[in-house]
Amino acid sequence: MGLCPSTSSGPRSRAAAMNCRAEVLEVSVEGRQVEEAMLAVLHTVLLHRSTGKFHYKKEGTYSIGTVGTQDVDCDFIDFAYVRVSSEELDRALRKAVGEFKPPPCRPQDALRSSGSDGMGQISLEFYQKKKSRWPFSDECIPWELWTIKVNVVNLANEQERQICREKVGEKLCEKIINIVEVMNRHEYLPKMPTQSEVDNVFDTSLKDVQPYLYKISYQITDTLGTSVTTTMRRLIKDTLAL
Amino acid sequence: MDTDLSSQDRKDLDKFIKFFALKTVQVIVQARLGEKICTRSSSSPTGSDWFNLAIKDIPEVTHEAKKALAGQLPAVGRSMCVEISLKTSEGDSMELEIWCLEMNEKCDKEIKVSYTVYNRLSLLLKSLLAITRVTPAYRLSRKQGHEYVILYRIYFGEVQLSGLGEGFQTVRVGTVGTPVGTITLSCAYRINLAFMSTRQFERTPPIMGIIIDHFVDRPYPSSSPMHPCNYRAGEDNGAVYPSVEDSQEVCTTSFSTSPPSQLSSSRLSYQPAALGVGSADMGYPVLFAGGLNAAHPHQLIGPGKEGGVPPVPSQPAHGTQADQERMCTPLDGVHYSAATPSSSEDTETVSNSSEGKCGSPHDLLETIFIRKVGAFVNKPINQVTMANLDIPFAMFAPKNVELEDNDPMKPAFSKDDILPMDLGTFYREFQNPPQLSSLSIDIGAQSMAEDLDSLPEKLAVHEKNVKEFDAFVETLQ
Repeated sequence: MGLCPSTSSGPRSRAAAMNCRAEVLEVSVEGRQVEEAMLAVLHTVLLHRSTGKFHYKKEGTYSIGTVGTQDVDCDFIDFAYVRVSSEELDRALRKAVGEFKPPPCRPQDALRSSGSDGMGQISLEFYQKKKSRWPFSDECIPWELWTIKVNVVNLANEQERQICREKVGEKLCEKIINIVEVMNRHEYLPKMPTQSEVDNVFDTSLKDVQPYLYKISYQITDTLGTSVTTTMRRLIKDTLAL
Repeated sequence: MDTDLSSQDRKDLDKFIKFFALKTVQVIVQARLGEKICTRSSSSPTGSDWFNLAIKDIPEVTHEAKKALAGQLPAVGRSMCVEISLKTSEGDSMELEIWCLEMNEKCDKEIKVSYTVYNRLSLLLKSLLAITRVTPAYRLSRKQGHEYVILYRIYFGEVQLSGLGEGFQTVRVGTVGTPVGTITLSCAYRINLAFMSTRQFERTPPIMGIIIDHFVDRPYPSSSPMHPCNYRAGEDNGAVYPSVEDSQEVCTTSFSTSPPSQLSSSRLSYQPAALGVGSADMGYPVLFAGGLNAAHPHQLIGPGKEGGVPPVPSQPAHGTQADQERMCTPLDGVHYSAATPSSSEDTETVSNSSEGKCGSPHDLLETIFIRKVGAFVNKPINQVTMANLDIPFAMFAPKNVELEDNDPMKPAFSKDDILPMDLGTFYREFQNPPQLSSLSIDIGAQSMAEDLDSLPEKLAVHEKNVKEFDAFVETLQ
């Protein structure tokens, strides 16, 4: 699949080329709200895309573990969301989101440009691995792509920040409803794999839950309009190119 | 309509729908308790977690749900509804939300019951977990306390939305097609609360002055009583509800990786066959051990299949019991008496015996407290009678607290195991200490006269012992 191309095609057109489902969400937040807003969206998606651990028995049957959930209150947004009770998964998402830091707007640019400040987007992609014969490497075939576009705004005073807390909270509620709507369309999901194939469909590295294989990547556009594509080490590892 | 459905599939489907309905009610009510919910993931199937989700069962809620269902299942024209409403401390109530579990006639004959329907119901429950946190009532429920509480009511039959006021909004949580109809889960919620921030509920009494048009008489007499969305684990009280173990069957699901059973949708944008995923042909796609009684949790259904379903313990009895009409929230060491349903309109009386953690077995304090663990601590809301208080600061325990006497001090994490009152009340009491008696005019005047009378005597004594006094002064220098 390779790395995400930088700016020429939008996420939906790329996904269409890859024949996978693509959804785009857009949020405008203050700088300190970025992390919580991203975690809220990513956790909500992964709540729906995680199962309990599979335990395979003889004759190809398997049983499924139990997924626990917990409420998370945001500190900088009037918002709460539900995530899977898995510290490993939470750590992985926090690590990914922690590296996603859209730059704050420079004061002179804020005065010049009336609209956007810093921008960036974070992508959560679910994929399957397809084993290839030597010397070809495994292929990663995406089947669902979530793109969250983030506009970072600068606020002047505490009153604006308070309003922003509430407004962003309301917007995130709408995003959660959007996500749930997509999830309940019951569109394509990978087949349940056999034991030998389970690692091609699910991430079995976590000890308590089993999300579908996913990767997170992000783009940051600074105020000059240049884009810097940064990918996680996992993305590079998973999408070996000759 | 369901002639193509085998009897086993029909039985399984009915069971799925029944337990889905029960779990739906649990998720909704627990989301309105006012507390953060946390359940643990378990890598090994426990056999008691329906839909592979850790959703606790509050026995009272299950009891109410089963009472409402009365052995029926949601069907066309027969919906299961959970009504969430707000009730102020003055007794006014307002409907906030109606959650509806409905069935329509649109059938999906091709869908596999024991695999696809089950997994989609699991997904729908996850969606419900997410959606219950984004409607306006969630934030209100997190801030419930002495000014208002959140109540729930379960009813079965026709959906009643008129209590939500004009312009209510609906959000669809999701749908699951089955061979007998399509299950739809949705929520209709009042939106005119949006004009009031939740802060107004906290700090601006009286509430009637803000939303007077919302407190109207209930258009339909309640066929089922309202219940508070407050729950305390581990309480001993008069109301005992059958634990879930009595009536809930063990859910143990085992799936196979047979290709025909895995197609979750007929609209595939991507053909998974290219992956080479495929298992041996299975004649019977799913081995399902659910729906059996607790005595044989690991027995399998299916022609000639033996699965490796591990022995599953029967559903652990949940030790939690909820007081049906209690409005108090969790606090260790506090025991509550069950109020009768008929007193639900009045403020409940709670007997606070400090035998548990206070270490003072003789303390008896009858008071009405509505408290929350954590940041949402509220002050008592009604009269208090005290008897035999040996605990520190007992004399400062509130005697007559008016409903309108809002205490702006809401300290976090305070517990009244030892103190009969909260820190805010104590602080307020000490803010206005009584005046020193020596500074009062009457006493001052009286002592002045006495001083003048005794002055000559004192002077005589001083003159007599002047040398002693001088020597004493020299030692100080």
